[in-house]
Amino acid sequence: MSKTILTVDDSASIRQMVAMTLKSAGHQVLEAGNGAEAFAKATSNEVHAVITDLNMPVMNGIEFIRKYRQHPSSKGVPIILLTTESDDELKRQAKEAGATGWIVKPFKQEQLLAVVKKVTGA
Amino acid sequence: MSTTDPADTFRQEARELLEQLEGGLLDLERLPGDADLVNSVFRALHTIKGSGAMFGFTAVAEFVHDFETAFDRVRKGRSEPTPALIAVALDAKDHIHKLIEHPDARIAGGDAILTALKRAVDGAQEPAAPQTSAPAPSQPADVAAGKRWRVRFWLPPDALVYGTNPLLLLDELRAIGPCEIAALTGKVPALDGFNPELPYIGWQVDLTAENPHGAIDDVFMFLRDGMDLSVTPLDEAIAEAIAVEAPPVEDVATQPAPAAEATPAKSAAQAPRRAKAEPAAKTAAAEKAGSSMRVDAERLDQLMDRVGELVIAQSRLNQIAAMSADPNLKSIAEELGRLSAGLRDTTMGIRMVPIGSLFSRFRRLVHDLSRDLGKEIEFITSGEDTELDKTMIERLADPLVHLIRNAVDHGLEPAEKRLAAGKAAQGKVRLSAVYAGAEVAISVSDDGAGLNPQRIRAKAEEQGLIAADAKLTDQELFQLIFAPGFSTAKEVTALSGRGVGMDVVKRTIDGLRGSIELSTDPGKGTTATLRLPLTLAIIDGMLIRVGNGRYTIPLSAVDECVELPADAGANRSGRNFLDIRGSLVPFIRLRDIFKTAGDPDEHQKVVIVSSGEGRVGLVVDQIIGNNQTVIKHLSKLHAGLNSFSGATILGDGTVALILDTAHLVGFGQSHEGRGKSEQARAA
Repeated sequence: MSKTILTVDDSASIRQMVAMTLKSAGHQVLEAGNGAEAFAKATSNEVHAVITDLNMPVMNGIEFIRKYRQHPSSKGVPIILLTTESDDELKRQAKEAGATGWIVKPFKQEQLLAVVKKVTGA
Repeated sequence: MSTTDPADTFRQEARELLEQLEGGLLDLERLPGDADLVNSVFRALHTIKGSGAMFGFTAVAEFVHDFETAFDRVRKGRSEPTPALIAVALDAKDHIHKLIEHPDARIAGGDAILTALKRAVDGAQEPAAPQTSAPAPSQPADVAAGKRWRVRFWLPPDALVYGTNPLLLLDELRAIGPCEIAALTGKVPALDGFNPELPYIGWQVDLTAENPHGAIDDVFMFLRDGMDLSVTPLDEAIAEAIAVEAPPVEDVATQPAPAAEATPAKSAAQAPRRAKAEPAAKTAAAEKAGSSMRVDAERLDQLMDRVGELVIAQSRLNQIAAMSADPNLKSIAEELGRLSAGLRDTTMGIRMVPIGSLFSRFRRLVHDLSRDLGKEIEFITSGEDTELDKTMIERLADPLVHLIRNAVDHGLEPAEKRLAAGKAAQGKVRLSAVYAGAEVAISVSDDGAGLNPQRIRAKAEEQGLIAADAKLTDQELFQLIFAPGFSTAKEVTALSGRGVGMDVVKRTIDGLRGSIELSTDPGKGTTATLRLPLTLAIIDGMLIRVGNGRYTIPLSAVDECVELPADAGANRSGRNFLDIRGSLVPFIRLRDIFKTAGDPDEHQKVVIVSSGEGRVGLVVDQIIGNNQTVIKHLSKLHAGLNSFSGATILGDGTVALILDTAHLVGFGQSHEGRGKSEQARAA
């Protein structure tokens, strides 16, 4: 079943790549360039999952997750982090803030889809 | 949907990030303690690394990784961003740039830069082994003793809220091998104590598989830390009996010790573990993350042309509507006027970009020049927000590089000379942009020794550019610098000798319909000023009448309109003063300047216009109103007319000249001194 997935990254190329991959698997994709934008989109649309970067301007991934998790619409919505292996401390913070899972960059398209399937079942 | 290759997007994005990186590094040199800057540098690196690895730029990713590792010490405050470090970091940035632009070429030098970088960060930098350690601590390799395993797990309390679906986990376990699944409901409370958002149920899965530890790890990879999970060979598990009802164990060891505030021990396991460690990455809110799209410039030109035609057509419609009694026609003319004004603004806005993007490039240039020439330089920029047409900005880069190089190389004296002349050892180079009416003035100035007219003259004579007895003003002499063939060969250095000469600068500026002027103050410095037309091909204008002629004043320059007091007519010399709320503003009678025949209107108006700091009043016969003005340039024949910057076609097909407010203000101001003294005498 097709899901609506919000991808959050300040890097347009990563966003584009994630979006292409998700669309190729039949998902609908919303995009946001930072946490603040992401919060606005996540709370005004029905999203089934969020894939977010951590290092972003304006509002970083962790602040976004914290804020989003305080919003009732986030209940049960999986949040996947895009991290690099050097981000362990950030990853831990993000998990505490309410992240569901993560993908380590660089990742392959299949890995992305596998994680999306893992957390959304689709 | 866009069909571009993400790798191209990456390249474009990487260029922007590298620019940001460079800006950050240069700022850091000035403000070494600024954590936001360090983070901004770090973030740029991080994004380049992450995206680079994604799109096959492995060399970039590896290099940036090591760069990042070294720079991490700065972020953690263990090393200072010394000038030496910044210099190496800039080299590293250049290297990344090369790697990105030529991904297939083998570019040497990376290792040397990294070594230098590590040395600069701190000699004591341990050989930062960037081992790509697998995050999965593998289970003790107990070779599969049996084929049946008992997996029991309870999810962390926040798992459901945070989007984990236990049914999906069970599905994954089923995919490993045949399962028998039972729910462990021992922890489900009575209904009044039941919170539907908590996962009370534990699961017991009897799984048949050969050595499933790896696979089970994968299933729970996102939950492992906070959850209660056991995997045991089934035989033992049965022997152990089903007594493992312990609450989820908090992993104390992984927590930072100082955070041991006395939390009520009540339900430590369920209390969300927040409130510790501040987010490591503070955000520098200033950066803008916007999506952009590339459009052929020619298409924009076409669009602009059509909008221009539309505006002219619309003003004809306005004219007709004004003469008609038909309210429908009037209302549609008004509506169309609003729409075309909006369309015009949007269309012109598309092409405009702030000049700051260009300025920031020069900071690097000055930094390098300063290092290479051993001159201390303070580089000051202002007016970064000034917007210019994008293509114009691109074409300005080379001329400005040349002017800045000249300023640094020839303009600024060596430190000893400066000190001898009573100046600070550190030279100043200023780059500024300001709107001047319908133009943008960009100036490069230094506080060096200034131009030497005699030397220029001697050189020009020597090269046969002027006759020995030619009488030239200083300004004319300075213009010789731009003559092709005027070579300052004696002064050529490795820096200024390469690239374009001043004649090429001049040609480029001419090509942009701009002008260049040099002014100098002996001993105090030189300023080169470029004046470029805004591509504002259409502006909001105020249509006025002087005698029978109609003229347009750019509305952006208009401050206010007042009536000319009847007693202000005494002095007919072409200038006078008005008292505008306590400040004296000189005014000019346009009738006098234009030598208009006939008598002035009885009630003349004064339009107060400003340009830069100065204000001046223009006395007109009538203010007709606002109109959208499509600027048509004057022919070469009229290029010498200082008071006009262009012409426009009015709705009725007649032509109105556009006043050059910058010039008129300058004209009014230059007479101010005289006027003031006259007034003082009169008083």
